[in-house]
Amino acid sequence: MAKVIDSKIPAGPVPEKWKEYKAHQRLVNPKNKLKLDVIVVGTGLAGASAAASLGEMGFNVYNFCIQDSPRRAHSIAAQGGINAAKNYQNDGDSVYRLFYDTVKGGDYRAREANVYRLAEVSNNIIDQCVAQGVPFAREYGGMLANRSFGGAQVSRTFYAKGQTGQQLLLGAYSSLSAQVKAGKVKLFTRYEMEDVVIVNGRARGIIAKNLVTGKLERFTANAVVIATGGYGNAYFLSTNAMGCNCTAAIQCYRKGAYMANPAYVQIHPTCIPVHGDKQSKLTLMSESLRNDGRIWVPKKLEDAKKLQEGTLQGWEIPEEDRDYYLERRYPAFGNLVPRDVASRAAKERCDKGFGVNNTGLAVFLDFSESINRLGLDAMKQRYGNLFDMYEEITDVYPGDLANEINGVKYYKPMMIYPAIHYTMGGVWVDYELQTSIPGLFAIGECNFSDHGANRLGASALMQGLADGYFVLPYTIQNYLADQAIWPKVSTDLPEFAEAEKAVEAEIDRLMNIKGKRSVDSIHKELGHIMWEYVGMGRTAEGLKTGIQKMKELQKEFDTNLFVPGTKEGLNVELDKAIHLRDFFTMGELVAHDALSRNESCGGHFREEYQTEEGEAKRDDENFFYVGCWEYQGKDKDPELIKEPLEYEAIKVQTRNYKN
Amino acid sequence: MWLTNSSIGRKVMMSVTGLALILFLTFHGSMNVVALFSKDAYNMICELLGANWYAVVATLGLAALALLHIVYAFILTWQNRKARGNSSYAVTDKPEKVEWASQNMLVLGIIILLGLCLHLFNFWYNMMFAELMGWENLTHSPSDGFAWIVETFSNPCFVVLYVIWICAIWFHLTHGFWSAMQTLGWSGKLWLNRWKCIGFIYVTLLMLMFLVVVLAFAFKCAPSLCCAGA
Amino acid sequence: MAKNISVTIKFWKQNGPKDKGHFDTHELKNVPDDTSFLEALDIMNEELIAAGKEPFVFDHDCREGICGMCSLYINGTPHGKTERGATTCQLYMRRFKDGDTITVEPWRSAGFPVIKDCMVDRGAFDKIIQAGGYTTIRTGQAQDANAILIPKEDADEAMDCASCIGCGACVAACKNGSAMLFVSSKVSQLALLPQGRVEAARRAKAMVAKMDELGFGNCTNTRACEAVCPKCETIANIARLNREFICAKLSD
Repeated sequence: MAKVIDSKIPAGPVPEKWKEYKAHQRLVNPKNKLKLDVIVVGTGLAGASAAASLGEMGFNVYNFCIQDSPRRAHSIAAQGGINAAKNYQNDGDSVYRLFYDTVKGGDYRAREANVYRLAEVSNNIIDQCVAQGVPFAREYGGMLANRSFGGAQVSRTFYAKGQTGQQLLLGAYSSLSAQVKAGKVKLFTRYEMEDVVIVNGRARGIIAKNLVTGKLERFTANAVVIATGGYGNAYFLSTNAMGCNCTAAIQCYRKGAYMANPAYVQIHPTCIPVHGDKQSKLTLMSESLRNDGRIWVPKKLEDAKKLQEGTLQGWEIPEEDRDYYLERRYPAFGNLVPRDVASRAAKERCDKGFGVNNTGLAVFLDFSESINRLGLDAMKQRYGNLFDMYEEITDVYPGDLANEINGVKYYKPMMIYPAIHYTMGGVWVDYELQTSIPGLFAIGECNFSDHGANRLGASALMQGLADGYFVLPYTIQNYLADQAIWPKVSTDLPEFAEAEKAVEAEIDRLMNIKGKRSVDSIHKELGHIMWEYVGMGRTAEGLKTGIQKMKELQKEFDTNLFVPGTKEGLNVELDKAIHLRDFFTMGELVAHDALSRNESCGGHFREEYQTEEGEAKRDDENFFYVGCWEYQGKDKDPELIKEPLEYEAIKVQTRNYKN
Repeated sequence: MWLTNSSIGRKVMMSVTGLALILFLTFHGSMNVVALFSKDAYNMICELLGANWYAVVATLGLAALALLHIVYAFILTWQNRKARGNSSYAVTDKPEKVEWASQNMLVLGIIILLGLCLHLFNFWYNMMFAELMGWENLTHSPSDGFAWIVETFSNPCFVVLYVIWICAIWFHLTHGFWSAMQTLGWSGKLWLNRWKCIGFIYVTLLMLMFLVVVLAFAFKCAPSLCCAGA
Repeated sequence: MAKNISVTIKFWKQNGPKDKGHFDTHELKNVPDDTSFLEALDIMNEELIAAGKEPFVFDHDCREGICGMCSLYINGTPHGKTERGATTCQLYMRRFKDGDTITVEPWRSAGFPVIKDCMVDRGAFDKIIQAGGYTTIRTGQAQDANAILIPKEDADEAMDCASCIGCGACVAACKNGSAMLFVSSKVSQLALLPQGRVEAARRAKAMVAKMDELGFGNCTNTRACEAVCPKCETIANIARLNREFICAKLSD
């Protein structure tokens, strides 16, 4: 019998749902809050803001992070900005419009109710952050400034130079720090969650590894919240930080939480191209660059050939021989089309042989026109740090004047290429952000809920903070309301002992393989398989091959891995091995989901399903659902359960960024 | 008390005493210059100060300032060494921006302290101290400051030591002056450079004042420097 | 086009805070010079692991110069020498010449005890922020963001101060092991904004007290910190902190 999924979406019209929910949900009285413990794993935007808010409400919070400080979480690397429906620019923005753009940007695969709530609380986020002292960019009059971003026709993105994620995270971190000082949050740095402990069907604690001593420790609580980010590093090369991993999420999945829409992986169009096989990660150049930069490849194939050979430079190609393919294909949005569209367009050009660097996998992002129009100083003001960063990495400064043809000045263009950046899929959660395991919640990038098949720029920060500040602290109370009467769960229970033993056994297994290959060498290979077969353009055939290859590589991992050192004390390689074990599981999940979804939508592009013009072809009749995957055991394929989507406020239609 | 138990407080003590000592040097230097022009005028000043009660009180105050400055310097250095930890870098590369003086204030201070001992022995011991003790059998009268100058700088060893001493003070003050302003919070992006410039000019003039007196007496062209030059 | 260079890496090995520690060396052959320095260390670690040895441990995470995790003292300069401020992860091999010996050490300061090799414990920075590096605001109670007008100049300057990534290079470079640049950057950011003014005095006192308590040294204005700061924080912040602190104490 097929399992039925209850997403607990409140009744009533979409714009009223959240208000209604809050009006009728159960709350925990202030005295009882003092008796309730909550574990929050992760200190990124979602984790830190949730821990801070819960602590401030009176709950006892245990907050974990793998880095040396909560401030290092990878939310810090978000550059561009954060969306909100403030309409400060008087360009006709509204909560509905932000909601609509987000749903449309997500290619109609997100839950309406969740997205509306997200748009609704977006304004509170900006207020909250300004009050924390986040130095958003301002106009001379002292008002907040905005910039425009991909997938929207209004300027609704708030930013702090090219370091918005950093500033927002430091804001959340400061609130968290205040709660640590107040004694409401207990912080555990350099700890990694290795398993969730289930007692009588409810999440009651975690097993965490102290990364410095190597010891496993047990923690108990009334609820567990994971805010552990996405699984982009399954691809090895991504814009994620080196430490980003999906171990916590996969461990929850193994314990019964559904993993939803894993195939929805975002490929960011503006990253610095891969330069060699020693590369450890890819660097993102903010999408905001597309505001003033124009993306192009040569019109003539012979020019592209010369560029690839290095006998011709980009700035030597005159205006008339340049193909601004995004402007050509999508006149209405031009260079500001959503990320998935821009990425695929770049791949399409490069596949046709128009790539512009020695690998043939790059396109130009050119600022000549904007520099000529606004001056180099204005450009530096907006993107100075990005230009510097680009120069540091590539030795080319995008503001350098390189050539003049017919009185037109040409500056050195950047080279960019798409790279794995964000994962829309994740742990399945209901409207309350609760997973399919009672008492286990997932927030931020870790869950799947708000972005559908594709995330718009500047929406990740919005979602992380919305979940952490304004959604979870409410919805978790609905769960916790009747929990205060139960005695605290002891860590001496057999469930804890069992979970710890299982983790210990896994660690021993990895340590004792004593093969020949390092973690990274296998991880790199997995990344190649992922990128090749489960990357930007997928086919049923390729996906099947990918799964097969992953299985073979997994065998190699299980039999030929070498982890130096001992399990006692700090062992970086061991931790990487644990992560890699889970990237395998995740990678296969992505492939299974991609294989089962016989349509193209958002970040998931199946080459069999495209229009004649090469645009994604959705199949709303058969695939208008959330694909939830249930773990069936090691070496068994996961099982798909469908959560049908229901739209009432928005009419589902084909995405169109052409006019 | 925040002046003793906070890091910034301790630094404020250093700054205030340091600035007060610079002020003292300014007075001292101005008086010295008189000796270039007239023996009588200079000795009149010496007499005026002499061992009068107000001069003794001021000297005690001055000694207290100097002592505070020195004691705090040692406390701060000791604390900083401790904060630095036991392990030192195998390779260090000093950035260009870092002034030599700023990293060697204690060493400079110790040189200055030694010079001060010499100076006190040469002058204060023979003048104010002798007068207080009521010593009579000295080569010159305690209030004949001019004679003491002439005698001291007729010895080339002393001249060299004094020149070294003045150079050390110059280094110490070029950093000390703006550093004091910075510590007192009277600085910023703009004023940091202004204070550095002001401090450099002021301290250089001040030290030239001392240097000229030493050299003028060493080469025996005082007290009529202006006339000799004319 | 990238060219290949060969270098000798002399790196610090230390097993825990109590261990004395020593240098190991490793010859790294034919590394493309468009490789980042940390990638070169990755290559070295792969070679060490292949030889059955334990890898060299160092902190790193985002590798985009923003998380502040990487913390290597390279050839006598925190984060290594570049023209403009950059973190270790943004240092590229083209900064080195063929045949160079590159000495890699941890941040050395009593405030940052070594955990292993070049990985140090910077928990003290968290404690300083916890002492007062925030505005007290209850979630959801803020007024409209545009209700407080802030002059662009102030907002921009606050942004510059807020750019600090808490990497600890300032402490590592300071001969006094002083954390003043770090503390002053946070104090300055909030002191420059009306939202932060309310608690400015309290904050300055609390953060300085915590900094002193944790055993960081006294600032003697050598400017070594700003010379190595990857985010170009300036000692103008320190002057502001001094001002805030002295005024707060005087009005007590």
